[in-house]
Amino acid sequence: MENLHQQAIPIALVEADSTRLSAEEQHGIDALISHSPQLAGITIDALKLIQAERGWVSDASLHALSLYTNIPVADLDSVATFYNLIFRQPVGTVVLHPCDGISCDLMGAEHIRQCLSQQLNINTGETTPDNHFTLIPLPCLGACDKAPVMIANKQLFENMTEKEIPELIKALGEVSK
Amino acid sequence: MSQTFPHNPLTRFITSDETSWCLEQYQAHGGYQGFRKSLDMSQDQLLDTLKESNLRGRGGAGFPTGLKWSFVPRGNNAPSPRYLIVNADEMEPGVFKDRMLLEKTPHQIIEGLLVGAQTLGASIGYIFLRGDYYLAEERLTQALNECRAANLLGQNILGSELNFDIHLHTSAGRYICGEETALINSMEGKRATPRAKPPFPQVAGLWGKPTIVNNVETFCNLPHIINFGPQWFKELGLEEDAGTKIFGVSGRVNNPGLWELPMGTPIREIIEQHAGGMCDGYSLKGFLPGGGSTDFLVTEHLDVPMDYDAIGKQGSRMGTGTIIILDDKYCPVSMVLNLIKFFAQESCGWCTPCRDGLPWAQVLLEKIESGEGELEDITQLEELCRFAAPGNTFCALAPGAVEPLQSALNYFKKDFESHITQACCPFHVQQDLKLDLGHSHSMNKDGGESHEQV
Ligand SMILES: Cc1cc2nc3c(=O)[nH]c(=O)nc-3n(C[C@H](O)[C@H](O)[C@H](O)COP(=O)(O)O)c2cc1C
Ligand code: SF4
Ligand code: FES
Repeated sequence: MENLHQQAIPIALVEADSTRLSAEEQHGIDALISHSPQLAGITIDALKLIQAERGWVSDASLHALSLYTNIPVADLDSVATFYNLIFRQPVGTVVLHPCDGISCDLMGAEHIRQCLSQQLNINTGETTPDNHFTLIPLPCLGACDKAPVMIANKQLFENMTEKEIPELIKALGEVSK
Repeated sequence: MSQTFPHNPLTRFITSDETSWCLEQYQAHGGYQGFRKSLDMSQDQLLDTLKESNLRGRGGAGFPTGLKWSFVPRGNNAPSPRYLIVNADEMEPGVFKDRMLLEKTPHQIIEGLLVGAQTLGASIGYIFLRGDYYLAEERLTQALNECRAANLLGQNILGSELNFDIHLHTSAGRYICGEETALINSMEGKRATPRAKPPFPQVAGLWGKPTIVNNVETFCNLPHIINFGPQWFKELGLEEDAGTKIFGVSGRVNNPGLWELPMGTPIREIIEQHAGGMCDGYSLKGFLPGGGSTDFLVTEHLDVPMDYDAIGKQGSRMGTGTIIILDDKYCPVSMVLNLIKFFAQESCGWCTPCRDGLPWAQVLLEKIESGEGELEDITQLEELCRFAAPGNTFCALAPGAVEPLQSALNYFKKDFESHITQACCPFHVQQDLKLDLGHSHSMNKDGGESHEQV
């Protein structure tokens, strides 16, 4: 596909880009375009779609998306870097989001986060060497009456206790295999 | 009140058999009656009913909904399409009421949008849903499909002239997306920075078209106002404000949760009766009455009614009506630091008092909390609060961010000072002890004695 923006892309990006959008990705993007009154309106949904397929949004992915949609890479990246749930770095198969909102902290969430960190032997923001887990605390998850809470694998874990953490990690580890 | 006039309109659909989100169950409990009624009313009648009800927005600011809606251009020459957007972003710390409504009563939200469509002649609705509300996403998707199959959405709805459809947009996560003009930018695929007003979204919003953005709970109220009338709605409230409200309590109380109660319910009743009072060994030191961006109140305010203006008179805001409890064992500096960190992180970066002021406040608070603070840091914090006051920033994020801080400096100044004079956090010793005993999160209260708990 010929593209106006191709020349504007930094060399490093072009070299890193050995990929194109898959047929499924193209199909998904086409559907988004058909629903949006203006092209740019698809940006966030398109980035989320790519991330659902690839786990995160790499430079190569941005380039591929730009080539396909004609939305400049810079525009895509400015949006991608703005939002918390779009990952511009690789993450593990399961991303653990313990809540660090105030109601959870009032109920001892800091301790839960430390236990998770210890159990996985990583700091917040890091990924385990086997690529199974990434630890990224999120602000208030909207379940403050069940504090402390965590979201992982689209599931909400409520009233968390230190005791249950090893079991929980084990169960989530199965998911990531 | 008699059976036909419910005292808990928003939650009476929620049954223990866990089917409240299904169309059949919702209709069996009188769902979509308000919308059916609206089909026989003119746009003017509907708008007048809404204005007369005194409904105020439930998303935090309490702006009169009828007045807001009256700014939307209507009639044959009005720009179209006109959009309705449900603000279901709910990312404010300590706020958890919309998630319950989204998960348990998705049809109530859809019915609210349908009433809105009939009132304003809108043809497209969006639900802007927080990205990590996965269960809500699932239930809303199911509910929308049920409605399409039952001709409650689509062309000539229920044989009327109304054409209306609803799209679900899941956010990529940023607190600022909840600000209504930032939300619109986000829906247009941009960074979520707020827009200059005017023009107001009611006139030029999404894609430049007239757009209404309201909170989940606000939309939920609409069908009932139409169904049971504005007079009934006004009489639900105990004081000035009309209707009921989903109130909540989190923190060290015996029965944290959510309850639908009349507007104007005294704070004491909510904390002591419904939330079961403080846990053993803890006492109430202060509370944020309506989420993480409201000013602290203290025990002397317990008899104030949960009403927008009544709380306003005490120097705080009712906000979202979800109370966060500060107990005597938790460090107030630490609590404010947690909140400021959040707001600093979530700032969109547009204006200086917010982008630079909040991180600076965070640095000062960290310094004080770690025992390295100086007395002049307090003066600086007070100054930073003034810089971020309303009018100095582009949107309400920064003014909201400093509300807990400025009020903590007022009510808990001694605690700030003792950190400095003792060169350590006086609360830490207690907390470490607590953790050793493994009691840091001992409560797990399910259900409550209070029948309204949802
Ligand atoms: C930083 C910020 C975040 C906000 N987040 C939300 C939110 O998550 N949900 C919401 O309904 N309103 C939120 N608001 C308020 C909205 O801007 C808007 O006033 C509200 O959606 C209007 O609806 P209402 O009148 O029904 O309350 C936020 C405001 C600001 C400044
Ligand atoms: S107050 Fe903060 S969030 Fe609001 S526009 Fe300014 S920088 Fe952005
Ligand atoms: S603070 Fe953790 S869910 Fe609200």
